[in-house]
Amino acid sequence: MTMPAHAVAAPSIAPKTRAVPTETEIEAKARARLRARRTLVLSLRIGILVATLGLWEIGARTGVIDPFFFASPTGIAEQIWIWLTEGTSQGPLWMQILVTLEETALGFFIGVVGGIVCGIVLGRNKLLADVFSIYIKIANSIPRVVLGSIFIISLGLGMASKVALAVVMVFFVVFANAFQGVREADRAMIANAQILGASPLQITTSVIIPSALSWILASLHVSFGFALVGAVVGEFLGAKQGVGLLIATAQGSFNANGVFAAMIILAVLALAIEFLITLVENHLVKWRPAPFQEQN
Amino acid sequence: MSLQTEAGVRPVAPSPSSIPAIELENVTRRFLTPDGKSMTALRDFTMTVARGEFACVVGPTGCGKSTTLNLVTGLANPSAGEVRVMGAPVSGIHRDVGFVFQADALFPWRSVLDNVAAGPLYRGAPKARAYEKARDWIARVGLARFEKHYPHQLSGGMRKRVALAQTFINEPKILLMDEPFSALDVQTRANMQDELLNLWSGSGASVVFVTHDLEEAVALADKVYVLTAGPATVKSVYHIDLPRPRIMQEIRYDAAFVEQCRTIWDDLREEVQIGQQRTLDTGH
Repeated sequence: MTMPAHAVAAPSIAPKTRAVPTETEIEAKARARLRARRTLVLSLRIGILVATLGLWEIGARTGVIDPFFFASPTGIAEQIWIWLTEGTSQGPLWMQILVTLEETALGFFIGVVGGIVCGIVLGRNKLLADVFSIYIKIANSIPRVVLGSIFIISLGLGMASKVALAVVMVFFVVFANAFQGVREADRAMIANAQILGASPLQITTSVIIPSALSWILASLHVSFGFALVGAVVGEFLGAKQGVGLLIATAQGSFNANGVFAAMIILAVLALAIEFLITLVENHLVKWRPAPFQEQN
Repeated sequence: MSLQTEAGVRPVAPSPSSIPAIELENVTRRFLTPDGKSMTALRDFTMTVARGEFACVVGPTGCGKSTTLNLVTGLANPSAGEVRVMGAPVSGIHRDVGFVFQADALFPWRSVLDNVAAGPLYRGAPKARAYEKARDWIARVGLARFEKHYPHQLSGGMRKRVALAQTFINEPKILLMDEPFSALDVQTRANMQDELLNLWSGSGASVVFVTHDLEEAVALADKVYVLTAGPATVKSVYHIDLPRPRIMQEIRYDAAFVEQCRTIWDDLREEVQIGQQRTLDTGH
């Protein structure tokens, strides 16, 4: 755009040497530019995907990459197709996905509720927070995946052990965010509610929880991924069903294609759920000012 | 009808109206700094606000002006002396107290309507009644078309209007204001001052208005308390007898107003200088 912005305001007195664009023209130009940019970004994205997969496939076919260890795109696609049409060695594919999803969702739900409740209680009570903070720090520093072995021993190969592992993975993330969110609640806002006549319970429900909500929702994105990791690792360590077991079986039979195929299935699941969480989040925090829109 | 009925519930206070709305008697307020040192914010502070009176408190920045308000709300307790509201010593938050904050204290996740209705809802009013009252107050501050908006969609002045409606809806007999308009631009501030006087004149509330802006104090108040540099105590009290109703944009050219400001400023200037010097000397 060569015309300075202020020239738009006075089109009638503009000199004849250069036509002053009208607002519709400027808007049309801006829209066209926006469209061009979107197309560029999209085609670059597709280009990168095609190039990566193409090079991988060529490498696998020419022997630069050994498909026995590193699989190949067509091999992975073939594996997924076989699982879809003929089922896996443990039964139909949808069954495995359903089992893993159920474990993840249960673990996620319990971990989130527990984390929120504990975060709010400790955030509101200074003494409890001071006493328990040290234990929470200790518990948080344990590599929690290792607990999976304990859960398998104590809870068996069924669903319970996977759910327990997912809960442990989720709880601390949500707890830390809920706690921080409660602590960050605005002092003036709390005093305002108090003077307006709110009881301590009303302050918690109508001031503390809504102001901690942004923090809590932010943690849900990360923690769902953690729940999935918990469930899959649990299955990996010992299970009768699930996507984690698919990976373990594929690994046992040196089936690299199988490992990658299961990975892709998990990634699709994670993306789908992430999308759902974003929808819920947008619904819950309608009041928030719209963030700077990324144009893509 | 028995005399034992609760004072807060009844619209007419049983105590005689000769008792001042707010009394602070030789109040001292100390508090501990995070590193464990005791600091005195108020020293031997005495102030009386009659029913329906508009009192302003001016003083140098950081002298402890806001502490006076916290003592009246019951959010802070005096270390010595006594604070009485409607003749009774303050214990906890008084029902009749309303507070307008300096910072934005609206709830950002609630619409204008829900923000204004908060007070009655907290106090257990039926929903329909609370919202009806809220609509009425929103209309009074001129925001009828913004009921559904969220605070972030409003300008600073509009948010202050919502804050005023939110406070006035509880019909406070005592209105405490902590530099409420200090963050607004000059024109908006004058509008809000008019709005406040307008709302107040119909309410009969007693007001304590804390500000560091002397002209604002003189323009609004019946009585101006000038505080010393911290620890604050009352340096002098001025009665402002400019006629009401006052209009902010005009009063500032009134000769009597200018004269009053000059007199009080001569008094205040010294304290401001002491306060500034102390800040420079101590570094905090």
